[in-house]
Amino acid sequence: MSNSENTDGIVSGRLDAQHLSGNFNDLHPRLDDHEALVAADRCYFCYDAPCMTACPTDIDIPLFIRQISTGTPEASALTIFSQNILGGMCARVCPTETLCEEVCVRETAEGKPVEIGRLQRYATDVVMQSGHHPFTRAVSTGKSIAVVGAGPAGLACAHRLAVMGHAVTLFDARPKGGGLNEFGIASYKSVDGFAQKELDWLLSIGGIDVRYDKMLGADITLEQLQVDHDAVFLGMGLGGVNALQTDGEDKDNVLDAVSFISDLRQATDLTKLPIGKRVVVIGGGMTAVDAAVQAKLLGALDVTIAYRRGKERMSASVFEQDLATSKGVRIIYNAQPVKVTGNGAAAGIEFAYTHTVDGQLATTGESFELQADQIFKAIGQTIKDVPAALAIERGKIRVSETGRSSVDGVWAGGDCATGGDDLTVTAVAEGRDAAMDIHASLMG
Amino acid sequence: MADLTGNFIGIKSPNPFWLASAPPTDKEYNVRRAFEAGWGGVVWKTLGEAGPPVVNVNGPRYGAVWGADRRLLGLNNIELITDRPLEVNLREIKAVKRDYPDRALIVSLMVPCEEQAWKAILAEVEDTGADGIELNFGCPHGMAERGMGSAVGQVPEYIEMVTRWCKQYSRMPCIVKLTPNITDVRKPAQAALAGGADAVSLINTINSITSVDLDIFSPEPTIDGKGAHGGYCGPAVKPIALNMVAEIARDPATANLPISGIGGITTWRDAAEFMVMGAGNVQVCTAAMTYGFKVVEEMISGLSQWMDEKEISNVSDIVGRAVPNTSDWQHLNLNYIAKAKIDEDLCIKCGRCYAACEDTSHQAILMSDDRVFSVNDDECVACNLCVNVCPVENCITMDAMEAGTTDPRTGQVVSDVKADWTTHPNNPSAAAAE
Repeated sequence: MSNSENTDGIVSGRLDAQHLSGNFNDLHPRLDDHEALVAADRCYFCYDAPCMTACPTDIDIPLFIRQISTGTPEASALTIFSQNILGGMCARVCPTETLCEEVCVRETAEGKPVEIGRLQRYATDVVMQSGHHPFTRAVSTGKSIAVVGAGPAGLACAHRLAVMGHAVTLFDARPKGGGLNEFGIASYKSVDGFAQKELDWLLSIGGIDVRYDKMLGADITLEQLQVDHDAVFLGMGLGGVNALQTDGEDKDNVLDAVSFISDLRQATDLTKLPIGKRVVVIGGGMTAVDAAVQAKLLGALDVTIAYRRGKERMSASVFEQDLATSKGVRIIYNAQPVKVTGNGAAAGIEFAYTHTVDGQLATTGESFELQADQIFKAIGQTIKDVPAALAIERGKIRVSETGRSSVDGVWAGGDCATGGDDLTVTAVAEGRDAAMDIHASLMG
Repeated sequence: MADLTGNFIGIKSPNPFWLASAPPTDKEYNVRRAFEAGWGGVVWKTLGEAGPPVVNVNGPRYGAVWGADRRLLGLNNIELITDRPLEVNLREIKAVKRDYPDRALIVSLMVPCEEQAWKAILAEVEDTGADGIELNFGCPHGMAERGMGSAVGQVPEYIEMVTRWCKQYSRMPCIVKLTPNITDVRKPAQAALAGGADAVSLINTINSITSVDLDIFSPEPTIDGKGAHGGYCGPAVKPIALNMVAEIARDPATANLPISGIGGITTWRDAAEFMVMGAGNVQVCTAAMTYGFKVVEEMISGLSQWMDEKEISNVSDIVGRAVPNTSDWQHLNLNYIAKAKIDEDLCIKCGRCYAACEDTSHQAILMSDDRVFSVNDDECVACNLCVNVCPVENCITMDAMEAGTTDPRTGQVVSDVKADWTTHPNNPSAAAAE
């Protein structure tokens, strides 16, 4: 092998295939039967359980864990899927440490919560690996609904509508479905093509006609969808990426972290994927951590996350931050990018140290520079190409509690709409709830 | 340092922890290892009469009940008495006793209810130099179908008759092992005493079916598609055994009859509980079968530490200490009023106390919107269910109300005068007595 972690510039093959394969293994492998029983035994079957309240999709967690402990993972999975049809993916990507597991009473008691996420994966895997789909469609209602976006929100909405007997046409701008599940999360969180397997399993309910390579505003229009269908659900996510608004941002090798993550997920041979020797990631969210950790796992020598505020403000959880540092990523807090340096291509980046004065972020006057041959921007995404008819609020499609937009007959959910956090599980809840409201609205 | 040496009906042992007659004591190899591990005594697995040995099933002979994390809580068995030739067992007993003169070695016996059969085996056992005998009137499976074991233990007249033979034909101390598969355990104990027994030991195993295979619809353990009831033991039977020990210790007719306590003893604490409830020593089986002989080390250190803390120097001084406080319901003080109290600092907010009280008891626990749990004294009857379902030790306690304060549930002032059912106005018998 000619390249190594020390090779200058942006090159592929810093690590050999075996090493890479190990690096990109399942972060939390599935529990085996015995491990699942031991983990399930720890659940106290709380009354009005805090974990359930913390779950955006309100999964009955004590019940599904009890069903595992009594040897019925199939019944357990049904408990999960009834609330969250993407329970398999959520079991892998949910930041459980800030949701269900954070409020687990055994976290309170012993600092060690019941492993809810891994138990959910155990149960859902049992059913999904059997190929059995536990739902059937109701008698056809004769209603037709267009769902735009085959990500978590759109899929949850489409599935729930299909269950209730509606005919769904599902559009997605990309050549395959899954949305951020397929393109937007770190590889080690969803291995073995799980996103596509889950998609196929979900669609096996029937009644969902999928149309890929159909971008809203280019290939299809909201107006036409309204004409052709009884209702429309928009769940196309965020297509744009925020700019750094920093000198030198236009230099070569200053890239969007989401593109890097997507390229990595779609790569068939990781030894062919180039990565810099020195990589700097700007941002403080899960995307920043996913990009930085994977850069390191690909063989970058030196990877730094720079975040403009303090550790406590970082939206990536402490678990994610610890994951990053355990993989050898350095996190610099209170550092705001000032200028990308380099002649044509990026060679480094200058930062100003920051502090908070009277609640406002301000620079301290001190600065430093990092060498970098690749800079990933992970400072948030923005909505792109929204149909003009829709009211926008704080940069997102304004929706009601049940996902109704400002336009009659049009619902929206997931990252493109106002509402909860930009999480897979939140998108699923919003898609599901919009489906219920669409159903109620259409069926009177 | 507490002195754990004991003298049980004249049989000395360095500590009160004996291995019960059971699979662990079936042969010389095991018993030597047990003595090396520190056990104070051993009751050799039950010998039958000379002749063709007993046969056992060749499929599974144990069934189990587990708690969380597959902790063994209850064990059931369908194994019979020793299936090794009598002469082999006798030879091994003699050899072991010779090498371990300071340890107690008792031989368990079960032969048909015929005077000659008992007379014959007693002589052979006496030859081994064993310290005593234990009459197995307890095993509830297999041998009972042939008129032995619990079939004898369920008929007080037979107990008395066989015990008398044993005392007549042997100078060895005689312990009668009782079956719990009976309505009133005091009757067989009285019979044993009447027959001249030096002590009773209890309990033997309880008739049980631990589980049923739901694929083939057969009890576990399943032998070629069929199952039979077995004898239940282990931590799950301890409460039943403790009560039976207490019944005999409290009965004036048997109050001075020494007891060897058996039934789910797993730790020093269990052993101490049996002893304060009237047992002169204890016998252990399931704990050893689950964790190996080494558990005796914890029993020795734990009992020693507790006795030191209590400033009790000799084990004989703990025997029966709880018997005077073991009473009948009718003598419990009805003027004693307690209320549950939840320590908010210890509470982990699982809400199990709330579910238990709200769904199944007195609606005396309140839950706020932010999951703070508190007790409503207006409704609390101090039933203790919340304490029992709470996963955190000492988080919920039962606090006695002081005399002179008013119980908000009844509006009655708490009295410092004891008053029980025998004097209660609602008791028709009490009224009649006045």
